[in-house]
Amino acid sequence: MSEKLKFKILEHELVPEHEVLKPEEAIEVLRSLGVRPEQLPYIRASDPVARAIGAKPGDIVKITRKSPTAGKIVVYRFVIAG
Amino acid sequence: MVAEKEIKSIKFGILSPDMIRKMSTTAIVTPDVYDENGMPVKGGVMDPKLGVIEPDQRCETCGNKLALCPGHFGSLELARPVIHIGFVKHIYELLRATCRKCGKLKIPEDEIERYLRLLEKLRDRWPQLAESLSEYVKRKAMKVYECPHCGERQYRIRYEKPTTFIEEGPLGKLTPTFIRDWLSRIPDRHLRVMGYDPETAHPAWAIITVLPVPPIAVRPSILLETGIRAEDDLTHKLVDIIRTNERLKEAINVGSPEIIIEDLWDLLQYHITTYIDNEVPGVPPAKRRSGSPLRTLAQRLKGKEGRFRNNLSGKRVDFSARTVISPDPYLSINEVGVPVEVAMNLTVPVRVTPWNVDELRRYVLNGPFKYPGANYVIEPNGRRLDLRYNKDLKAVAEALKPGFVVERHLIDGDIVLFNRQPSLHRMSIMAHVVKVLPGRTFRLHLAVCPPYNADFDGDEMNLHVPQTPEAQAEARMLLLVQDHILSPRYGGPIIGGIQDYISGGYLLSSKATYLTKDRVSDLLASINYEGEIPEPAILAPKQAWLGKQIISLLLPEDFNFAKEAKISSGAFKCQDEECFWDSYVLVKKGKFLMGVIDKNSIGAQQPESMLHYLIMEYGSSFGRQFMDRAFKLFLRFIEMRGFTMTLDDILVPERAYEEIREVYKRALEEVNKALKLYEEGKLEVTPGRTLEESLELKILEILSKARDEAGEIAVKYLNPFNNVFIMAKTGARGSALNITQMAAMLGQQSVRGERIHRGYTNRTLPFFERGDIGPEARGFVVNSFVKGLTPIEMFFHAAGGREGLVDTAVRTSQSGYMQRRLINSLLDVVVEYDGTVRAAYGDLIQFRYGEDGVDPKNTSFGKAVNVDRIVKKHVGWKIG
Ligand SMILES: [Mg+2]
Ligand SMILES: [Zn+2]
Ligand SMILES: [Zn+2]
Repeated sequence: MSEKLKFKILEHELVPEHEVLKPEEAIEVLRSLGVRPEQLPYIRASDPVARAIGAKPGDIVKITRKSPTAGKIVVYRFVIAG
Repeated sequence: MVAEKEIKSIKFGILSPDMIRKMSTTAIVTPDVYDENGMPVKGGVMDPKLGVIEPDQRCETCGNKLALCPGHFGSLELARPVIHIGFVKHIYELLRATCRKCGKLKIPEDEIERYLRLLEKLRDRWPQLAESLSEYVKRKAMKVYECPHCGERQYRIRYEKPTTFIEEGPLGKLTPTFIRDWLSRIPDRHLRVMGYDPETAHPAWAIITVLPVPPIAVRPSILLETGIRAEDDLTHKLVDIIRTNERLKEAINVGSPEIIIEDLWDLLQYHITTYIDNEVPGVPPAKRRSGSPLRTLAQRLKGKEGRFRNNLSGKRVDFSARTVISPDPYLSINEVGVPVEVAMNLTVPVRVTPWNVDELRRYVLNGPFKYPGANYVIEPNGRRLDLRYNKDLKAVAEALKPGFVVERHLIDGDIVLFNRQPSLHRMSIMAHVVKVLPGRTFRLHLAVCPPYNADFDGDEMNLHVPQTPEAQAEARMLLLVQDHILSPRYGGPIIGGIQDYISGGYLLSSKATYLTKDRVSDLLASINYEGEIPEPAILAPKQAWLGKQIISLLLPEDFNFAKEAKISSGAFKCQDEECFWDSYVLVKKGKFLMGVIDKNSIGAQQPESMLHYLIMEYGSSFGRQFMDRAFKLFLRFIEMRGFTMTLDDILVPERAYEEIREVYKRALEEVNKALKLYEEGKLEVTPGRTLEESLELKILEILSKARDEAGEIAVKYLNPFNNVFIMAKTGARGSALNITQMAAMLGQQSVRGERIHRGYTNRTLPFFERGDIGPEARGFVVNSFVKGLTPIEMFFHAAGGREGLVDTAVRTSQSGYMQRRLINSLLDVVVEYDGTVRAAYGDLIQFRYGEDGVDPKNTSFGKAVNVDRIVKKHVGWKIG
């Protein structure tokens, strides 16, 4: 993780909570949605938040964010290279 | 019966020369088409071996008659190969990525090996990644200027439109023959790394050596009335190709000079290019004698009139009808009036059962020419009896028994789909219940005009008859009009009261409406009301009923509702039930106690209205029934009372005009003052604007204030309860601005949001002084429609009006194209049963539809729960 960052993006108001799932959690998520990892929306490993939480290609990231309609929503993203 | 098979996949490739020769039934060798007797020449483009064209003839190739002969390809051996215009991009890339000497991909062998293995892994799960890897490899190889395999020096290759490749080195211009040999040298493994499948699409085949000649069925000749045979564009083009090919062959054989051979070769390339695609940039399109460009292969497929969009995505269908629409307020909103003539042409197949055999026999007996009859009977063995030509209908009727199918005429109660283009949202196609009527137009209820965006100035609509029980059930359960009253676009009814329904509702519910027993009976009879007449509100001196009492009869007994009416504004504003002006609607326990019906309570496209809550809380069946009855009632009342609009409604006394002139004079003075300030440089500048813009804004502000004041003056002299005001205030039609423009002052005309300023040098019209930026010179209209416009004002008004027309024309075409693209990209996105939104292969788009999983149709204004309404509904009034 980079010390070069000028501020901590994870603490920024507009950055929702990101979390790398443990393999068994990831498998459970995929099982319950009935999808292969590549059918999830993607997030690049070079995405600033992905870098900040140390997500590697192949990981699944859980994002908990505010929603104008539902208040709070949990979504998952598959980390791809690049 | 032929066994049904399922297509698992489709693979596209390029035909190899060998394959073309194998497919070919005959070699085409001569440009001659017909001999002196008009018979097709053997070896010509109309060779009978290419398939039969006349009925009763047997095919020389397959032995079948016309109906069964699929048509057969021929082939033409080209004297010199030419480039296929559709593949130039690929050819260019391959020439740059491979070695000019050994033909290998200009990347070291071990790297190719590595990429190949990676590609193999990616192909199934990440096809897009595989593609971009191939792309990357190609780009990388293009940058290499020395072959890693043989060490040959490489040169830049230039592409000149449309089909020329030039090496900026010793070779110079590359001939198609040379290119073909080059591409043939590329090893298969290297092609695979670059994303080509040499088995099905070897790039060397992109150079045409043998030209397939399509069957005659693809390019039929047509017999004109004059008896002259006109050939298809493709046939013409093929003849050109053959003729040029023959000349080229001849030139080569006699050893003509290289220039002549090359010219002919180029000509052959031109003909084959335009044969494939007649709209290639940089190639003059081949023309017919009339000068219009030929429709060759690519043109048959491409665009709106092409095979895909016109014949595959948009086929014409049977069991459909189209005619002009007209209104019928006596229908239910669920119904559509169908002309008898149409009903006798459209049929519904009905399977004979012991329970319907008598009914169906009656239809068959009536035959195709007497309504209600039947057009066809299908026997259990599949034989179709056309009742038009059947002399003995009685025998057919008697023969009916279970297992037969009767295609009977459309009758009352059948379900049909009704549609008006442009079909922009799902309510553009809804299911209606048939009502067969005399006349020649489709009839529909006025309340369903908004979802179709229909009016009756000549609009036509389409009607489709679902043929299977499944389709009929689906239409009835899912597509029926009543299930589309609430729009998914916004939470609210898209079907509802318009125009006279609103005026009528207002007049009936008005405080001033008292009804005698006769009138009440008349009104209730018009909706087939069968209950008791309520106690009269007024007992003496004469019994009288309030309109509100009649409306209460249609409301559910436990319905509560309270909301400001549309008319609640200005002096007549009411915000709660303690208000004199009767502009606060109050319904308690199904009793219409206060307020008036207007757009805010029954209008179409009005969310959170009385209509909306009636439908949400009592269901779509009730909603339909309420609308059918209430609207008939309102219309009956407006018929009884009479409703019109007269000149008097907008005519003000001369005194008013004097006041308006005074207002204008003051405005003019203010404008002049602003102008003077501007000239002296003392005008206050609006932040973010230039001085000139500030002046314009200031003038616009002054003038718009003047118009508003003029409007207020006119309103002051008009009866606030006249017909025009009733329509404007209740939201039935028109607005306060419309009244102002009719009675008082038209105001500023604008083009592109600015005062009109273009035309002549520094002036709008020649008789204004240059640089005059006063109101009259810049499109301000002082007069009203009633007073009449001066010629100059009329010109400015036309200029402003023209912009509106141009705008609509531009907007529709732009939004139409956007709609097409959106639909093409979203068409298979689906909300699955688990609440997720997914694309065709199950890819996730949203984890929960709209993130909250709420159907906007069942909301009010997108809010899933309206706490306020729930409280009001159950507690009743006295809250909020
Ligand atoms: Mg129209
Ligand atoms: Zn045949
Ligand atoms: Zn080489």
